[in-house]
Order: sequence, then C-alpha cells, then structure tokens
Amino acid sequence: MNKLSAVSDWILFAGFSIAVLSMPVWLAPFGADYPDLMQRFAIFGLFAIGFNILFGLTGYLSFGHAAFLGIGSYAAVWSFKLLTMNVLPAIMLSVVVAGVFAFAVGYISLRRSGIYFSILTLAFAQMSYNLAYSVLTPITNGETGLQLTLSDARVIDGIAGIEVTRTLPFTNLFGLKMSGMPGFYFCAVVLIIGFFISIRIFRSPFGTMLKGIKSNQTRMAYTGLNTRPYLLWAFIISGMYAGLAGALMAVTDPLAGAERMQWTASGEVVLMTILGGVGTLVGPFLGAAFIKYFENIFSAYNSTNLNQVFDFLPDGIQAVAVDVAGLFVGSGWHLTLGLLFMVTVIFLPGGIMEGVRRLGLLVTGKSKKNKAPAAGSSSTANEHS
Amino acid sequence: MSKKTTSAWSRRDVLKASAASTAIAGAPLFFTRHAYGAEYLNNPGSNSTVTLGFNVPQSGAYADEGADELRAYKLAVKHLNGEGDGGMMNTMQPSSLKGNGILGKKVEYVTGDTQTKSDAARASAKRMIEKDGVVMVTGGSSSGVAVAVQSLCQDAGVIFMAGLTHANDTTGKDKKANGFRHFFNAFMSGAALGPVLKNAYGTERNAYHLTADYNWGWTQEQSIQASTESIGWSTAQKVLTPVGAGDFSQYITPILNSGADTLILNHYGKDMINSLTQAIQFGLRDRQVDGKDFQIIVPLFSRLMAQGAGDNIKGIFGSTNWHWSLSDAGSQAFVKSFGQEYGFPPSQAAHTCYVQTLLYADAVERAGTFEPCEVVASLEGHKFDGLGNGPTEYRAGDHQCFKDVLVVKGKENPSSQFDLLEIVEVTPRAQVEYPVDHEMFAGGDLGTCNNGV
Repeated sequence: MNKLSAVSDWILFAGFSIAVLSMPVWLAPFGADYPDLMQRFAIFGLFAIGFNILFGLTGYLSFGHAAFLGIGSYAAVWSFKLLTMNVLPAIMLSVVVAGVFAFAVGYISLRRSGIYFSILTLAFAQMSYNLAYSVLTPITNGETGLQLTLSDARVIDGIAGIEVTRTLPFTNLFGLKMSGMPGFYFCAVVLIIGFFISIRIFRSPFGTMLKGIKSNQTRMAYTGLNTRPYLLWAFIISGMYAGLAGALMAVTDPLAGAERMQWTASGEVVLMTILGGVGTLVGPFLGAAFIKYFENIFSAYNSTNLNQVFDFLPDGIQAVAVDVAGLFVGSGWHLTLGLLFMVTVIFLPGGIMEGVRRLGLLVTGKSKKNKAPAAGSSSTANEHS
Repeated sequence: MSKKTTSAWSRRDVLKASAASTAIAGAPLFFTRHAYGAEYLNNPGSNSTVTLGFNVPQSGAYADEGADELRAYKLAVKHLNGEGDGGMMNTMQPSSLKGNGILGKKVEYVTGDTQTKSDAARASAKRMIEKDGVVMVTGGSSSGVAVAVQSLCQDAGVIFMAGLTHANDTTGKDKKANGFRHFFNAFMSGAALGPVLKNAYGTERNAYHLTADYNWGWTQEQSIQASTESIGWSTAQKVLTPVGAGDFSQYITPILNSGADTLILNHYGKDMINSLTQAIQFGLRDRQVDGKDFQIIVPLFSRLMAQGAGDNIKGIFGSTNWHWSLSDAGSQAFVKSFGQEYGFPPSQAAHTCYVQTLLYADAVERAGTFEPCEVVASLEGHKFDGLGNGPTEYRAGDHQCFKDVLVVKGKENPSSQFDLLEIVEVTPRAQVEYPVDHEMFAGGDLGTCNNGV
C-alpha cells in the first residue's frame, strides 16, 4: 500500500513537472502562451498550493494570506533596492520575513478556530494593507507602489563592481535576465520544487497529524497531543509559500503595491483552492491557473473581438449577441467567473479535481481505486479552462 | 511511514533528469521566438496592420475618465484609418498624417483594464506587449499607474504616450526616455491658479488641504502650497486621504475647528465628487471665518467631475488642460466629430488621449519607422499647433508638453448639462514654464531610449 502510493506520487510529480515546463506548447491554442500569464500561473499556483497546506490539511480557513504575499513582495523589492539585483537573496529574504510574520500572526490567530480564526486573519491582513497603504508609506510608497530607482544603494552590486548605468538594472539570476521566458522557467522550477515539498508534507507523519486535526481536533487533544504547534507550523509553512510567491512576483516585475494585500486578494486564493479542489495536490494549481486565465484573457475582450466571434450571425442578431456577450467579458469578467464558481461549487463540490475524477470514472467504467487522480489528468483538466 | 527506499532515490534521479532535459530541449524554441529579423520589439515588419494598446481604468474611482479616454482612442483610430470626418487631423500643423493608417498600415488596437491599480495595469500592459505585440501603450487617469506603466514600457522597449496624468513625477523624478506626456501637471496648475486666486480671494487666507494619498496628490499639494504661500496665504493643515475612500466625512469635520477659511481638495474623479459634495453638505461654504467667506478650491477640474458634482461646483475655481467650449478650429473639429460619434462633448481626458494618439502616429510618419528610438527622436522638441491648446512644444529635456493652461470656474447659470465650466483665464505658457531641473521635478533621469532588443 505504502509503496504503491509512493509510486503514484512519483508519477504525479513527473506528470506535473512535464505539464508545467511544457506550458508554452500546450497553452498556445488557448492564447495563453505569453510569458507574463504563464509566470502568473506558476506564481499563483505556488501561492494556492501553499495555502492548501493550511486549508486543505487542517481545515483552518485563513482569510488573510495575501498579507504574506504582499510582505514577500516588499521584502524582495527592498532586497533589490538595497542589496543586489540578483534574485536569490531577495527570495531568501522574502521567505524568512514572511515566515516570521506568519509566526506572529499565527501565534495569535490560532488561539481560536473556525470562523473566529478566519476573522482574526482577515483583520490582520486588513491591518497590514492599511499600514502599507497609508501609514508606512516611507517603506511601502503607498498607493504608488514601491519601485526601483536609479539612486538605489544596491550595496552588493556595488561591491561586485557592477556598473551603474543611466537605465534601471534588471532582476537577474547571475546575469540571466528574469523577465520574459527565462523568468517563466525560473518560476516554473520554483513551483515544481514547491509542489514536491507539498507532496512530501502530505505524505509525512506531520501531514497525517494535520489531517487528524481536520477530522477531529478534540479527539486529537484527548489522546494527549498538543495540536497548537502543528497548526502553527502549518500556518508558518503556508505563509512562507505565500512569501515565496510574492517574491517571485517581484522577481518577474520589480514593483510592489499595497493592493496585493487587500482582502480581495486573500479571497482570491480561497476561490482558487476551492475551485481546484481543497485538499488535493494538483487542484489548487489548476484553480489558480483557471482564475488567472479568466482574469487576463476574458477581461481583454472588447466589442471588436466579439464582433469577430459572432461574425457568422446575421447583422441584427449579431448586434444583440455582441451586446449580451459584452456583459460577460471586458470589465464584466467577474460576472462570468462568479457564475462559473457557483456552477462548480453546486455541481462539483470537490472542485475541478472532482470533475476530473468523475470523468475518469466515466472513461474506465468502474474504478479500481477512488484515490487521488493520476498524472495525465492534470492536462485533461486544463483543457476545460 | 518508512516508505522511502533506496529505489525511490534512483527513480527521483531519473525523473529529475527527464524534467531537466525537457526544459533544456524546449527552451531554445521559446527564447528565440521574437528574435527573428527584428531590430526592435514587436516590429510589425511586412504586416498590413499595426497594433496599439489602450490601457485605461474601466473600474475603480477613475472609471468615468477611463471610459471617455477609450471613446477618444477609438475615434482617433477611426480617423487615422481614414474613416469619419478626420477630426483634428485636418487642423493639426504640421501634419504628416495621410488617413491611410500609420505608414500605410491599418491601425488596430487592444484594450485593457488598469483597475486604477499599478499591479493590474502592469499585468495588462505586459499582456499587450508580450501577447498582442503592440508598438505603443497609452492610457492613464492615475499618476501612480502612469508612472508604473511608463517604467514597464521603458524596460520592455515600447513607447508610452501618457494619457491623463497630472503628477509632477511623471515627467519629473520618474521620467523615462520612452515616455511622453501631453497633459499639463500640478506645478502648472499651481502657477496658473496663484494669480487668479490672489485677485479673487486676496492675500490673507488660511488653507486646509485634503490630499489623495499617492504621488499625484503629494505633488499637487506641494505645488499648490508653494503657489498659495507665494501670494501670502498660510497653510493650516495637510491631511492625506486614501484613494477611493467613498466617505470623507471623518476628514471634513476637523476642518470646522481648524481656523482655516479655504479648503483645497487635491482629489480627482469620484473621490473629488464625494469629498466636494460632503464638504458642501457639512455647510462649509455657508460658513464665515474671521469675516471671510469660506471657499473651496479644486486645483484639477474636469467636466466629467463637474457633471458628477452637480450644483456643488458653482463658483469653484480650478484648472484644466482643455475644455470643449474653446473656440479654436482644432477644438471645434474635435468636439464636432466626438459629438457626432457619441452624442455628447468630450472631456479633457478624452482630448489628451486623442491628441497623444495623433502625435504618436505623426511622429512615426515623420520618422518613417515604428522603431522606438527613432520615434523618441522625432517627438523630442517637436513643435505643433491646431490640437486645441494653441502652439505647443514637446520639451526634449523631460518629454513634457508646454502650452497655455486654462483656469476655470464652475458656472453659475449653466445652459446645458455639459456647459458647467467657464474659462476665467488662459494662462500663457511663459507663466507656467519651469526649468528641467526645478526642485519639484529633480531626482530623475530620462535615461536612454530602449528598443527592446
């Protein structure tokens, strides 16, 4: 049994890695094969995977994870400004800072569970947002967002003798520019590492303990176990994932804005996880990719595109069709997303992953095992998005 | 849980190797995607079309301005492609535009929603550059967004033609070689308003600032404070308010006890509509402080905001880049063709965006190429007329347009729902001009232009 699940995990991991690294190929038919969007798939996938370690395993719903994302971004941009444009120190700094902050927030919030925990985390996130937005403006530059300037110190770069030019330096990994496709591959590799760690956590005794907390925390306590440290670690780890995602956002685009910490951003990662499938390994990534695809592709549709789509219809009907469809694209993409979210939650409470599982059942007739889906299914699922 | 065996490790190595080789084998295909035959990014080459990116706020506090900007862009594309009546293309001098697109290529466009957020705006601009292959991005309505997108365009290597952005920073400390601004700025507002305020309200006033908390608000507050203090006014207090706050009452009550007799609202869009309406509901304008009538000033005014604020704007002073009631040939031609298309007159946001599109197209025609560095060279120092603001110059030193500034006042007896502002004074260019290294604009560097390859 153990051995079998280990093998299927490796297959899942391999399939996931190949699917992620080959995104530029199979995303082309969907018009999503441009670096910026693929970077977002990887970054928010990582964010959701980390969130799932807390929400999926322990059932504790944090409504404030965007705060860690934002803190990670600010830490990374400050590292670019003060130390070096190399991305590795920035990433390390972000993960550490986000981890420390997660410890502080988690230590207090985890005194309560259920809705009170959610509200506490939400309160912390809103506090961080408001601090970043209008109180700590010397550190965060408020609404304008923290940006690089020519006059930044960049101490390590200075010592290393990197010449100061009249144009802004770019973020790099030992000279390799971290925007465009190299930036995507970098994010993809980090995502794959993050995914691997997530599998290990799911299968570890620690992960089993967390699942125990989810199914019945009181019983866990009766066995003489102190559940708080486990919860706190899960919270810190998922906070570090969020910090890492925030750092990657700054790596691919060195700018940090307070809106990354807003409650809508916190809500978004909850949506991603639920849409993809709570507690599954691949689900959160699929949910993240799904939402980001909608946000970037549907919001860009305008009446010209729609006219092309409905070109085959007669003139009068075409105008009506364009008007009606126009409500659901462009600035109305939230409407489409909301409808799809409702449909998913009502008919597929387990998210996209449940849909994949049901499809699998349909195809194979009777399943041998109703365990986590195999590797190939990740690409099948994406064809829906 | 002793599932890890030695065989698992070897399997891992195999997987690692296969994943790595996939990446390495696949990588060259994508690194080189844009590399063929391009001496600049998104070269349209022999395509019959060229794509421009219109990145405007379609949601958030500045959505009204964004919607009007988009209308203007669409109209400009129409005119460039030789459809419609040509609008200001007929009055622009000098003009190399032929009405057959740009360099014979039909103009197409893509749109994006900035959500009035730097992050979303950059994501949307990146999509335009990476996916849609635009050669120029334009748009605005928030200076925070404009500065963020301008620096993105500089790094990516496309031209940025700023839409409505009024902060000094856009062509001050955050100026970029690939970015150009036609709109006026906060310093110019201050310089134009000063003398008018002195005439209207005298030299002994105590001003209270409510300021939108981002780079535009900061620089406007600074500019207006400098200008009012130079005519002898004092400054009671300066309070920062978050953008999109909706309810400003908590910021307005303290004014009543501050001893100030003048309120300066450094707000824009829906924020200005809300704060002004609430200030008047609180009875500020009916008050008397030390025998002086309480006055409100809105340094950056627009007709769209005036429309939103209704009767509340009557008698309030402000400045604006352009107003549809101007009687020069360019303005009239633009108002006519905009009116025919949409049924109402354009706002100043629409005007500046329309003009920017035409100026870009004209610069490309004169340069004979879309190559960003050539376009930059042809825009720098360019002098033109007939676009509604009189003789105008794109200063080479900071890529800011210099032209006359309008001081306006809310009309007491409007003749229509659009006739809300009256022009009090046209401040000549010489009075609002400043050196490139003026202290409110210092600290930046244009850098060198970037072709993106």
